[in-house]
Amino acid sequence: MVALFFSNPQPVQINPKLAEELRGYGVSDFHSLVPSDIFNWPALLTMRGFILMVVGGFLVGFGTRYAGGCTSGHAIMGLSNLQLPSLIATVSFMAGGFIVANLVIPIIMKL
Amino acid sequence: MSTNVQGYPKIKETNRDFEVRSLDAVCVNQMEENQPWWHLLKYLVAGVLFGIILVKSEVISWFRIQEMFRLQSFHMYGVIGSAVITGMISVFLIKRFKVKTIYGEPIVLPEKTFNKGQIYGGLIFGFGWALTGACPGPLFAQIGNGATVVAVTLLSAIAGTWVYGYLREKLP
Repeated sequence: MVALFFSNPQPVQINPKLAEELRGYGVSDFHSLVPSDIFNWPALLTMRGFILMVVGGFLVGFGTRYAGGCTSGHAIMGLSNLQLPSLIATVSFMAGGFIVANLVIPIIMKL
Repeated sequence: MSTNVQGYPKIKETNRDFEVRSLDAVCVNQMEENQPWWHLLKYLVAGVLFGIILVKSEVISWFRIQEMFRLQSFHMYGVIGSAVITGMISVFLIKRFKVKTIYGEPIVLPEKTFNKGQIYGGLIFGFGWALTGACPGPLFAQIGNGATVVAVTLLSAIAGTWVYGYLREKLP
């Protein structure tokens, strides 16, 4: 629905460094919010797509409940309410993300 | 629960753990009154607005998440930072003026208690966040934005929450 009424026809403006890195992995379509070269139905059957979508989704669900909240609950709401556990959780989210985005994604993208 | 103090130490411990974890969950503000179904429509309106904002602010973009974790863009930090500031002002106003819900019930913001799950779970969530480029809310927004295959990611995330529920007593 949102896509119909509010879509932005321009490609997502992304950092040229990231675009260059992604082109190296065969990602060339920057027109939608989610890279259609990776996130599509046939890609589910590839190792790369399976890890990114199925394994990634599982970790999101599992981690969210284990941590007792997600980005909205801990980072935004928890920090707004000055809760120390939320700060700890937010730092952990970011640490996990930094590790995977910088060290693991380059490996997965080459699969 | 107070009976059988000596009787079932194992069951007692399980129950206590369950209570601690459930108190730690985010959504504890349960409305006490029962309302006819059309009172639910206001959540639909709020949800649709939230979805539009998620899409338009591009925080559901896989590309934006990758930029954030590579420190290549200020975008996500700006959005989350301004959300936290707005949230702080809202929380301050709610506490200062003791704002009630539209049904006149007081708004309770429980203090969160620390447990190791926030570290282990936080790391696991961070791994998933970087892979999928989405946290739970944006999964729905990505599907609505046309990436239908993300429905599989969503099902997988729900499976993850089930497995957590199954394993939680064995986790640190």
